[in-house]
Amino acid sequence: MSADAVIIGSGPGGATAAEVLTRAGWSVVIMEKGRNHLLDPDDLTKPSADYSNDEIKFISRYFLGPDPLIEPRAFRRNAAEGEHTHVGEVNSIPTTVGGGGTHADGKVPRFREEDFRLFSTHGPQEDAAVDDWPIDYDELEPYYAEVERAIGVAGRAGANPFAAWRSGPYPMPPGAPMFGAVLSAAAAEKLGLHPYEAPTAANSIAYDGRPACNNCGFCAFFGCPIHAKGDPVALLTRAMATGRAELMAETYVSRIVTEGRRATGVEFIGPDGITRTMDAKLVIVAGGAIETPRILLLSGVEHPALGRHLMCHFQTIVVGHFPDVRLHPEKGRAVTHVHDDAMVQDERSREAALGAGLPWFRGGLVEHSGGGLPIMEARHSPWGRGHAQVMRDSNLREHMWAFIMQGEDLPYATNTVDLSPSIRDVRGVPVARVTYEPGRHELAASKYHGKILQSVLEEMGAEWVLHTSSPGVSYHGIGATPVPESRHVIGTARMGDNPDTSVVDKWGRVHSLDNVVVADSSVFVTSSGYGPTLTLVALAARAAHHLAGTKPG
Amino acid sequence: MPVWLSEQEYATLRAACAQMMPSDQGAPGAEEAGVAEYIDIFLGAFTFDPPRIWAGGPTSGRKGGAAGFATFHRLTALDELAWRTRLEGSQGLPEREFNGPVVGLQQRYRDGLAALGADFAGVDGSEQRRRLRADEAFLDLLWEHCCEGMYGPPEYGGNRDGIGWSYIGYEGDVQPRGYSDAEVSQP
Ligand SMILES: Cc1cc2nc3c(=O)[nH]c(=O)nc-3n(C[C@H](O)[C@H](O)[C@H](O)COP(=O)(O)OP(=O)(O)OC[C@H]3O[C@@H](n4cnc5c(N)ncnc54)[C@H](O)[C@@H]3O)c2cc1C
Ligand code: SF4
Repeated sequence: MSADAVIIGSGPGGATAAEVLTRAGWSVVIMEKGRNHLLDPDDLTKPSADYSNDEIKFISRYFLGPDPLIEPRAFRRNAAEGEHTHVGEVNSIPTTVGGGGTHADGKVPRFREEDFRLFSTHGPQEDAAVDDWPIDYDELEPYYAEVERAIGVAGRAGANPFAAWRSGPYPMPPGAPMFGAVLSAAAAEKLGLHPYEAPTAANSIAYDGRPACNNCGFCAFFGCPIHAKGDPVALLTRAMATGRAELMAETYVSRIVTEGRRATGVEFIGPDGITRTMDAKLVIVAGGAIETPRILLLSGVEHPALGRHLMCHFQTIVVGHFPDVRLHPEKGRAVTHVHDDAMVQDERSREAALGAGLPWFRGGLVEHSGGGLPIMEARHSPWGRGHAQVMRDSNLREHMWAFIMQGEDLPYATNTVDLSPSIRDVRGVPVARVTYEPGRHELAASKYHGKILQSVLEEMGAEWVLHTSSPGVSYHGIGATPVPESRHVIGTARMGDNPDTSVVDKWGRVHSLDNVVVADSSVFVTSSGYGPTLTLVALAARAAHHLAGTKPG
Repeated sequence: MPVWLSEQEYATLRAACAQMMPSDQGAPGAEEAGVAEYIDIFLGAFTFDPPRIWAGGPTSGRKGGAAGFATFHRLTALDELAWRTRLEGSQGLPEREFNGPVVGLQQRYRDGLAALGADFAGVDGSEQRRRLRADEAFLDLLWEHCCEGMYGPPEYGGNRDGIGWSYIGYEGDVQPRGYSDAEVSQP
């Protein structure tokens, strides 16, 4: 089969490209290194029955991958630490048909206007490549609207006073708020913040042939057993139903084969372990912001910005203990409320930034959440006599509520993805090495906004509050692991009009290769403080429509 | 009959688990929940067909639906390589040693249990705790698996009849029933 396009990766980015292109009449081959647990093996136009409420399978045993024994990554904070300080899991996002969309609990807010114009709005920052995007919000809006309908987003227009303009309502109303979030949202409001129902890619009503979420609580880190989460199962099943998509699971793309300015095919290793090549007229790369630069580097693409400006979201984690109330965080989706206030400048935050020696800083989206899993709780409880009682009292699950701020990372040239000099994956290919540490901007914003979040939990009635972060940094001292736990990976192949300073153009096309397009969050210029998924999906839709000459609808 | 460990090792493991999670004033312990059984089945996962690595889906039958958890997933060649390496160790096989040798969990248990002493099950509780604390790495490993065996789905061999969940007031897997909006939003 000689398809019109070969798509590398079946996560939200690749699935979106497949859906838009097949709708336009193109034929596509989707190569995905992970296994298919998302689609019914007997009928790929329907979802599978493999997902379950099972903490051992999904958390302890890597059901959706990547298994760090066979697909590790290397990590160091900075080049001075030597080759690496850690090998294993680093920002792991599932390696499976559907990619991270299967795991994510799917909070999918849009970016706001200023997120695309950070340089013009706020100005430069020392050491960081703060820049405007080559596109603006208005250009992306029709694609946001299209993909919100395609994956099915539940939310309430107008709920967030800071939100960007939108051309229409959400396709569904928000789902049920968690009890803890009702309390934390009330406390936040009392302190002048503006919490709202998180726009979420989980059905609140039956939608698009899939049922409403039944609040099972195994949401973040789990596949949805009833497929109430639409991203990307809705897109993949639709692409398969056109008859113009072929899914090749367990197929690892080791290299894009190029000749001058063109890709001529892809080299891949199939489930049988044999390396083959397939001709390609067009290659769409959607491996995620860590694997995509790895593939491009393995393919010999050279650019000073390739692999640079890796951004995660520096997470500020503020936890409160509520001895007198059972918050039952195991009931409901993982996060039902968020607030944007930490991304909006006011006089006090400006002063705090200046006080920290920065021209400005921005925090990130604050998620209101609890933790609902007993194995995780047990591991952090003491062993021996008293263990059972500690678990029954459940201070870490039933009596804990937390804010996680997904703090905006600035793009630093020193935070990178490159190829590990020595560590290999099971197929013998060099793995991605992540070099990452937060800068002064992230730490200052975290410190400032963490204190505000602390006061909200106190208002909510917390007996004590603990303030930590991921990655751990010295001033917190708690859980100080240097490897970031953020599952938001961004940057590494930034878009721009200038081929000297950017890797891809404003349509995601690699400047140096006429028929290779990147369709994931690698292309982001800045990271904002919102989850990247809806924006990367909207960008993938925009890139695919551009290729096919079609319009969003 | 244990699945993978010897009778002697299994007796030591049971005693060790019972120290980690004792039956206590009406609280179920590792013994009642079958925590040692969970660990032994995990170590011997490849003596089953399909291997006892990943329980099936989408429901267990406990809250309605079919008993899908009971049918374990088949593994691909790559899955099998990963899990055999993790359990059995790399054993000098080049396909398992692409980043150097890996000590398997079977070996770690074999060594860890031996170090607790052949008389471990017979000595008193404080001596058992002292010996357990002597090897922190093994203690951490054992604790990780005790927690899984006590609070994971019963299909993996532990948490017998959901005894670990019911004592702490946790419902476990709830599909296809789920929770009503009122249960989610109200106290
Ligand atoms: C628990 C969890 C919660 C999350 N919550 C949110 C949230 O609330 N909001 C949000 O915005 N984001 C969230 N995320 C992040 C979200 O999952 C990612 O942003 C999203 O999945 C990225 O989509 P992608 O298509 O770019 O990449 P991925 O989802 O990473 O998909 C890439 C796919 O490409 C495959 N691949 C990579 N390299 C190759 C190769 N060489 N050959 C073949 N295949 C390859 C991978 O196996 C993978 O399946 C969460 C993630 C997790 C894990
Ligand atoms: S909480 Fe809802 S969306 Fe999440 S896994 Fe359960 S049923 Fe699916």
